[in-house]
Amino acid sequence: MATVTYDQATRVYPGTERPAVDALDLHIEDGEFLVLVGPSGCGKSTSLRMLAGLEDVNAGRILIGDRDVTDVQPKDRDIAMVFQNYALYPHMSVADNMGFALKIAGTPKAEIRKRVEEAAKILDLTEYLDRKPKALSGGQRQRVAMGRAIVRQPQVFLMDEPLSNLDAKLRVQTRTQIASLQRRLGVTTVYVTHDQTEALTMGDRIAVLKDGLLQQVGTPRDMYDTPANVFVAGFIGSPAMNIGSFQVADGVAQLGSTRIPLERSIVGALTPEDKGHVTLGFRPESLDVVSQGAEGAIPVKVALVEELGSDAFVYGDLDVPESAAKEIHSGAGDARVIVRVDPRQVPGKNETIWVAIRPGERHAFSASTGLRINA
Amino acid sequence: MDEILNNAGLWIEYYTRPVREWLLDADGAGHKLALMVVAILLFVGVMGGILALVDRSRRAPGWLVTVAFVGPALAAITFGLIYPALRTIYSSFFNRNGSEFIGMDNYIQAFTQSQFQLVLRNTALWVLLVPVLATLIGLIYAVVVDRTRFEKFAKTLMFLPMSISMVGAGIIWRFMYDYKQTSAEQTGLLNQLLVMVGLDTKQFLLDSPENNFFLIIVMVWIQAGFAMTILAAAIRAIPDDIVEAARLDGLTGIKMFRYITIPSIRPALVVVLTTIAMATLKVFDIVRTMTNGNFGTSVVANEFYEQSFRQLNAGLGAALAVILFVLVIPIVIYNVRQMRISEEIR
Repeated sequence: MATVTYDQATRVYPGTERPAVDALDLHIEDGEFLVLVGPSGCGKSTSLRMLAGLEDVNAGRILIGDRDVTDVQPKDRDIAMVFQNYALYPHMSVADNMGFALKIAGTPKAEIRKRVEEAAKILDLTEYLDRKPKALSGGQRQRVAMGRAIVRQPQVFLMDEPLSNLDAKLRVQTRTQIASLQRRLGVTTVYVTHDQTEALTMGDRIAVLKDGLLQQVGTPRDMYDTPANVFVAGFIGSPAMNIGSFQVADGVAQLGSTRIPLERSIVGALTPEDKGHVTLGFRPESLDVVSQGAEGAIPVKVALVEELGSDAFVYGDLDVPESAAKEIHSGAGDARVIVRVDPRQVPGKNETIWVAIRPGERHAFSASTGLRINA
Repeated sequence: MDEILNNAGLWIEYYTRPVREWLLDADGAGHKLALMVVAILLFVGVMGGILALVDRSRRAPGWLVTVAFVGPALAAITFGLIYPALRTIYSSFFNRNGSEFIGMDNYIQAFTQSQFQLVLRNTALWVLLVPVLATLIGLIYAVVVDRTRFEKFAKTLMFLPMSISMVGAGIIWRFMYDYKQTSAEQTGLLNQLLVMVGLDTKQFLLDSPENNFFLIIVMVWIQAGFAMTILAAAIRAIPDDIVEAARLDGLTGIKMFRYITIPSIRPALVVVLTTIAMATLKVFDIVRTMTNGNFGTSVVANEFYEQSFRQLNAGLGAALAVILFVLVIPIVIYNVRQMRISEEIR
């Protein structure tokens, strides 16, 4: 068991100007499940591959425990990796696939057999040990890939989007299996995904990356409650947060005729670069349906209702003058907001409802820098 | 009445004769070319007509459509391949001019007379050495050159001999092996090298049995490029993540080659080995151009030609052709089987 430390680790691909991973500083505790998440091209896979030794580190260091592994061969780093496409050896049986690293390392045959059988038992693979990967289903192949990592009993597990090739139902099932398996084995794990739901459900902590830069690290609760900037706010949570730019005047944010009162500390934190604007974010689940006259009530014209049984989401257009509406956007598009409503009292299409942001569940960001302003 | 019919026949005969003569007796390049164009047009016309007819009538029964599409090809195979094959097998049981049935005598002769045993031994030597050497050289070359700076150029160089006809290659290599007395000025590259290191010149193509190896080298030279091209493509097709997984599992260099590269390109290796083996079994041009099959270098294909068209012993020639045919069959079967197995793995 060991910690993992990225110390200003940087990767610049040959022939490119911008680093794929830019001075990444990240410390992962012993036994921790850390999820690297971000949109495609954000550098999360590159970060993982740098830790694996499959990608050079152009500047900075990477440590496993107290050992600097920056220039250590992949096989000597005491890590095991699960690949997105599983990377099983097609010409070897499941048992041979799982025991291959040990065989190369010169482990006695009986020992290999024992460890492979143990891992197979944990993963329900015992009856498939003599099959070739070709004769397995996607879920079984995924488990073999996991087994191959477990058998090595490494210091760190690296997982590169291991669930992305499974169907939706199996993905949810395997997600919990991997998470509980990791807790049971207690092995430090770095897990890469582009799916924020996976990140929130699996990780002890989450690290959000964008364009090679680390945006925020924290527990799932931190990420959800106090996103450090507009990007994290929009990325974490499903459906995505509604985010909009508001004109500030007299200590209130204005949107058409709606006036949303702001704390004094937020108004005080505005700088000249913000040009009298503030970026406000509010999650679909932070909105209450209120009466028209209520303070800060925003008119929303219902365009579509998604009913999920436990919840219902209204996708609506802001019923305010065109120019003001353009400033607001959400996961559903510009000038669209998403509102969670009581699934037993769903408004009809084209109806106008009035919603207000629940106190304390509004996020404020600087209009110029995108950074969070704490109230 | 009869007379009228007879006369009509004569008239038709009279008018169609020039056309028939034009079609059957071509003389001069221009005439032959024109004949070729006519033949192609005829083929396109007939085939197009058949297919168009089948396509037009929607109510044509299934079997008729099948026959229309497959029939011409089947007919061509029957007349061009199956009939000659049967005919060859048939005549291998007859004497030199096909007038007398002699049973297995031709085969007994081919397997017992030392002259023909030598031919069979040479063929065995070719079939063992050429595929193995060509594949080995091609494989090593593909691995060494892969992902280097001058890869394209190096591969082109290696593949170039493939584009030379075997006759051309034979002539080129005859110059390479050319013999002059040690004291004389050398034209052959290899003998020049021998002279330069102070050795006597050698009659590469005359000294038996090693002259067989010098002929085999020519075939290896041609086929190694083919092996390299196929194997390099197969190596490229190994998924990156499998190679990376193997690196994490501790494989490098030779071990990577042994545990990952070779098993991954196994299907391609089998295809290359068997394809070259088949080409080698049929080798004729190289032997014919370089030694004429003399000095103990003849192979089955050359001997079959020699007997059929030089010695005019049709029966023995046919028997040799049948032997060649029988030798190729197991390789073809193995090839097809391996292809099926490799399809299952994928």
